[in-house]
Formats: sequence, structure tokens, C-alpha cells
Amino acid sequence: MTTASATVLINWGWIGRNLGPIGDSVVEHLVLTAPPVAFGFVLSFGLALLARRYRSLYQPLVRTTGVLFAVPSLAFFALLIPFLGLSRANAYVALTMYTLVVLLPNIVEGLDGVPADVTEAADAMGYSPSKRLLKVELPLATPVIIAGLRIATVTIIGLVTVTAFIGFGGLGDDILTGYNRAFPTQIVVGVTLTAALAILADVALLWLQRAVAPWRQGV
Amino acid sequence: MITFESVTKRYPDGTVALDALDLEVADGEIVVFVGPSGCGKTTTMRLVNRMVTPTSGRVLLDGTDVAEREPAALRRSIGYVIQHTGLFPHYTVRRNIGTVPELEGWARARRDERVDELLDVVGLPPEVAERYPHQLSGGQRQRVGVARALAADPSVMLMDEPFGAVDPLVRSRLQEEFLRLQAEVRKTIVFVTHDIDEALTMGDRIAILGEGGRLQQYATPRELLSDPANDFVKDFLGEERGLKRLALIPVSEVSAEYGPVVYPDDDRAVAERSADAAGLDWVIALTEAHVLLGWISTHELVDGPMRDQQVRPFGLHVQAGDSLRAALNAMVTNQSAVAVRVSEGDVYEGLLSQQLIAKELD
Amino acid sequence: MEVFLEGVLWLFDPENWSGINAIPDRVREHVVYATVALVIGAAIAVPVGLWTGHTGRLGNLAINVGNLGRAIPDLGIVAIAAVLIGFGILPVILALIALAIPPLLTNTYTAVRGVDPEVRDAAEGMGFTGWRLLRQVEIPLALPLIFAGLRVSTVQVIATATISGFIGRAGGLGRYIFDGLSMFDTPRVVAGAILVALLGVLADVGLSRLQRAVTPKGFAAALAEREPSPAAKA
Repeated sequence: MTTASATVLINWGWIGRNLGPIGDSVVEHLVLTAPPVAFGFVLSFGLALLARRYRSLYQPLVRTTGVLFAVPSLAFFALLIPFLGLSRANAYVALTMYTLVVLLPNIVEGLDGVPADVTEAADAMGYSPSKRLLKVELPLATPVIIAGLRIATVTIIGLVTVTAFIGFGGLGDDILTGYNRAFPTQIVVGVTLTAALAILADVALLWLQRAVAPWRQGV
Repeated sequence: MITFESVTKRYPDGTVALDALDLEVADGEIVVFVGPSGCGKTTTMRLVNRMVTPTSGRVLLDGTDVAEREPAALRRSIGYVIQHTGLFPHYTVRRNIGTVPELEGWARARRDERVDELLDVVGLPPEVAERYPHQLSGGQRQRVGVARALAADPSVMLMDEPFGAVDPLVRSRLQEEFLRLQAEVRKTIVFVTHDIDEALTMGDRIAILGEGGRLQQYATPRELLSDPANDFVKDFLGEERGLKRLALIPVSEVSAEYGPVVYPDDDRAVAERSADAAGLDWVIALTEAHVLLGWISTHELVDGPMRDQQVRPFGLHVQAGDSLRAALNAMVTNQSAVAVRVSEGDVYEGLLSQQLIAKELD
Repeated sequence: MEVFLEGVLWLFDPENWSGINAIPDRVREHVVYATVALVIGAAIAVPVGLWTGHTGRLGNLAINVGNLGRAIPDLGIVAIAAVLIGFGILPVILALIALAIPPLLTNTYTAVRGVDPEVRDAAEGMGFTGWRLLRQVEIPLALPLIFAGLRVSTVQVIATATISGFIGRAGGLGRYIFDGLSMFDTPRVVAGAILVALLGVLADVGLSRLQRAVTPKGFAAALAEREPSPAAKA
């Protein structure tokens, strides 16, 4: 390990020479992010609909998943090792669970947040329960749900870096390698790009959140 | 026609929302359900479109038990207006109004035509159609709510405090306009309000519900005011019951006295004799054609024909169609004990006195 | 499955409770790191949050610090700190402090800002100003949300302290995981994971009880709407 006098200047040359591998890291990062978020969303959605139908399920479900949130991600990955080894499946399962923790309460609250007089009017107009969900409740809950998706996505992008310790990592791998080689440039590249990905995703989804709701004053 | 057959609604925690209601709403009439909060009036209304099911008893719509009809189809055939409108925030006004037609599978063109028609009926400008609810004022939103309920031209409408969320000025206007509309379309309407004055204005018949959901009285507004069934009803009608009654009786129902009239060619003696005979110190001046000019005080009479006398105008006239309450108002405004009644063109018809009006209240 | 059970058994092996690398020592290290970071972090974040919330200034900064904190990976902060400061566990502590600040800052700011303006108005009308207003009105009402921020920070700090184990000279429960991984000693990995998971959950549950205790009655329902969803990076 080097001392504080280690080079702090960023080695732009290195960056220039390694755009390929850096790009690969970014891609791998995305490949590790997208499936858990997507699948976690679908799972949360299904559970949310169930929880609204069978209200008594909701509290226990939220409490159980809520506990997961306090478990450090590295520990989660580690706990899965006896069952899933150091595999992509390990990463996916853990990351999907974290997505669930954020999205399940979010989707339920989004749907519950539709004003009562609107759902009552929908029933009274003659919308069947499934039509009501599809045409009234979901569209109105969508902005809130996308806001939750933003939080989930940013969180997962950050957590993916930790998978470097079980052999993946995407940009987290660059951070770790940079550390092991006492090569700050690579660490900085890893950190900056991860943050950039997170911010981009957040902004893109924010734009989507606004675009989906032309009927809202402000946001 | 809507029939309530001994309908009771009891909730699991024991509260009785409605207690053995037996009532019929005839076709084409507005029946207002009114009472203090918790009296079951909204429950009654929601029994008709199966948003609530009775614990016992039946609700019949045109002879068929509503429980036998498929809920969504039933509701599409009934217009529904609630206090906060429940307009869909994510639909434009056009799509909101067209909700039921869309559910019923109407073609786009037919829907659009109907929406344009309805906007006109409820008094909204056409450009409102492409706006979203949050861009409208409260009064405009209420009108859209009514338009939406009317869209599929249902024969039955349920209205729960539909004009409640706007200020009194807008509310009066909406009430007036709606009554004018109803005069043309004659829908069968169940109207719910907690405001007795609104009930008296809107209802052909009024059902007063008391606590525990029990029907206290079911009658026309005039019957209610002249013959309240019990103390509860009396209290509910309020202290100004007499005045409210007067508001419902037209001037034409009270016989007017002719009073002492003089014409332009009559002389002073005629005037004095007329006044004397009536026990008054003034006379009513008319033209040859019986058009009202005003009144002349006997103390100010000078020698000569009436046309040369000092004539003072009456402050306020009433017509046959005005209410007795308006007549009373005229008396107070004119600071006199009589109101003058005229017809079109100020043609004199007679005098109304406070005693005559008071007699009506017996 | 057996490996998992071995991990559990590892925890009960008396050998692991004494000597170097003993369980009590590691737990203590972990708790000490976390506590120091949280105390210092709170000492910085809370006053700043209170001030920006009370005066309303620099609000955007407060919110954006929170957002940025979420976007930057914890691993990266630790790694950079470790490379820049080559000695001792100082980089770890500094990194943990840096991570503890954003949630606390954002939450404290939002909590104070979110005090019902009518309540603030009424208090000012009664003669509360400046410091007294803050202390007797705004802070008590903001406390529940501030505690929520503390929860998020705590979970995050405990998690990052775990990750810091990859730095050779660092302590904490993460050591078991990293040592186990490099020695292919899976039961050790599992044991470490169980310990740190328990620590995280206990801390969270404890703080949530505390949060409920400082929530004024009749306030809970209104606050539940404003509490942020669990969004810490673990």
C-alpha cells in the first residue's frame, strides 16, 4: 500500500488507452442492474396487488421485507453463498430482494393514494374492479410508482459495486482493482461512472415521471 | 320508479344507517333525502346503484330488485353525481364526460357529439373539453360532474350534495339551472343534502330522515312546512318556517283587495270619498288604461282633477308569480303595510295587506 | 445447507470467542467504528440541517447532498480514502463519517422545513423567536423524521463498516467475511454475515422503537406519509 504521497493526479492517458475495458465495465454494471430491478418490480407489483386484495397480508409482508433493508448487502451475498455459491444468481437474488423492499410499500401506497372520491366515482360509473384498476388507479398511481423506481434503481446501481467481492461488480470491480494496485485513477473512474450512471438513471426516470402525468400541476 | 321496500341497513358494529324504509319515488320527480349527518341519507341513495346492499328489505328499480342486476351494468344506466365530483384527474373533460358512453361502446363520433351537446346543456364553453379537471374552477367542475352523469341519458340520477363544494352564489345559480334542465328532461332523481333550504328549493317531495335512519316525514315542501309531523321535523325546518312557507306560495293564490283607486279625470271629492270608504288617507292613481302611476296622499290634495295632483310612485311592485315572501319584502322596503300587485306592463291588479298574508299561514 | 449450519456452529465454537480475531473484539470494533462515525457525522449534519431548515436557506444544497450521497458508491469512498491516507483506520472512519452525513442532513432539513407553517406561525405569534422557536417548537416536531434519518445513516454506516473489511488493517465484522473468502472458509464467511446482519437489524429495530418514542401522540399518522421509503444502500 502506498502512503499519502501516492499520486493523486488522474492518469488521463490510462483512461484514454482503456476506454474499451471501461466500457465493458459499464455494460456489465448495467447487466447486473437491469434484471433485478425489472424482476423486482414485477414481483413487487404482483405482491402489491395481492396485499391490496388480502389486506391482512400487507403488514407482515412489509415487516419481513423491511427487516432485509437493515441487512448489509455484503452480508446478504455472503449468506447466500452456501446456497448459490459465488454466482450471478447470488447477486440477482439479493439485489431483487432489495428492490422488493423499496417497491412493495411504494406501489401499495401509490395505489392507496388515489383519492377515494375518484375510485368511488369509477365504481359508480360502472367500471368493473379490474377495469377500475387498469384505467383509473394504475394511471393515477404511476407517478408515485416511478418515483419509487427511481429510488430503487439508484440504490441497486450502488449495491452492484459490492458484488465485486463475489466476483462481479461491473464498475465496482474497477474500484477494487484500483485499490489493490494502488492506482487511484481507476478508483476514480469507477466511482465517477457509477455515480454518473445513478444520476442519469434518476434524471431519465424523473423525466418519465413528469411525462406520464400531464394532468398534474407541478409534480 | 324507485321503490324502497322495508329497507334496513345495519353495519357489523351495530350502527343502524337505515331503519325499515318504505318509500316510493315516482318517475320524473326529484325526491330529496335530507337530515342531520349520520341519518342514512347517503346510504339510501347508494342502495339504488348497489354501492351498498341492504341488510333486509328490497330496493326495486322499475319493478326489478336491483340485487338481481349485474352491478356494473346497473351503474352504467344510472347517473351519479357526488360532492367532490370524483372527476378522473388523468382524463380530459371530454374523456371524463364520455366515460359511460365509452364503456357502452359508442363510436367516437357519437361520443364527441354527445360531449359537445352536454357542454352546451350545462353551460360550459366548448374549449373546456380539452382541459384537465385541475385547470377548472369549482363551479366548472361541478358542471362537468353533472354532464358526466347525464352522458348516457340515464332515466335515473343519484346526486349527493352535488352543489356542496362551491360558494353560495355559484350554488344558487347551479340549482336554478339544474331545475330548468329538469323541467325539460324530467329524470327520476334521488337528491341528498343536509341543507333544508336546498331541499325545499330542489325537491318535488322531501323525505326527512332522523337519527337511526328512521323516516320522519315524506311530503311536498308546502305540506312539510304547513304540517310538520313532529318536533324533530319542526326543529329541522328551522325557526323561519313561516317565512319559508311564504316563499313557496305565489301571490296569485291570495285574493287581493282592489283598494281606493282614482283616475285622471276624477275630482278631489271622489278621491276623498274613496279614501274614507277604505279607511285610508291615500288613494291609488291609475291611468285610463288602468296602468299604475303611484299614490296620492289625501292631505296633499288640491282642488282640481287627479291628473294635476302630486303623485308618488310605489317603491316595489309584485306580480302574480312572485312569492308571498317577495311581497312581504316589498312591504318592508316600501315601509308600508301593503304591497301593490301588477301584471305585465304595470297594469294594476290589487293590493296585498299583511293581514291577508298572515291569514294564509293559518 | 450444511455449510450454512456450519456457519451457525462456528458462532458457538468457544475457540472463536477468545484470542486474536475473537468475536467480542470484532463486534466491539464494528460498534465503535459505527458509533464514532455516527456521532461525528451527526455533530456536523444535524446542526447544519437544523439551521438550513430553520432559516430555509441553502435548502437545495441540503437536498442535493442527500441525492449525491445516494448516487456515490460506498465502496468507492472507502477505497479512495484508503489510497489517499495510507495509514491506520483513519480512512475508514473518515469514509464512514462522510457517508453518515447525507441522510442525516437531508432528513433534518426536511423535518424542520416540514413543520406545519401554521404551527410555526402560531408560535411566533405567541412570542417564540429564533433559538427558542427552534428548540421548543421546531425540534420536538421534527424529531421523528430526524430519527428516521438517523436510522438510515446507521444502517448505511454498519453496512459500509462491513465492506471496509477489505482493507487489511481494518477491523470489524467484515473481517470474517473477507478472511473467510480468501481462505475459502465458508463457515467463517457465513458466521460473519450472520453477526453483521443481526447487528444491522437490531440497530434498526432499536432506533425505530426510539423513533416511535419521540413521536408526539396523534402525530404518527400524518408523519407516516412523509417518512422516506427504506432507501439506504446497505
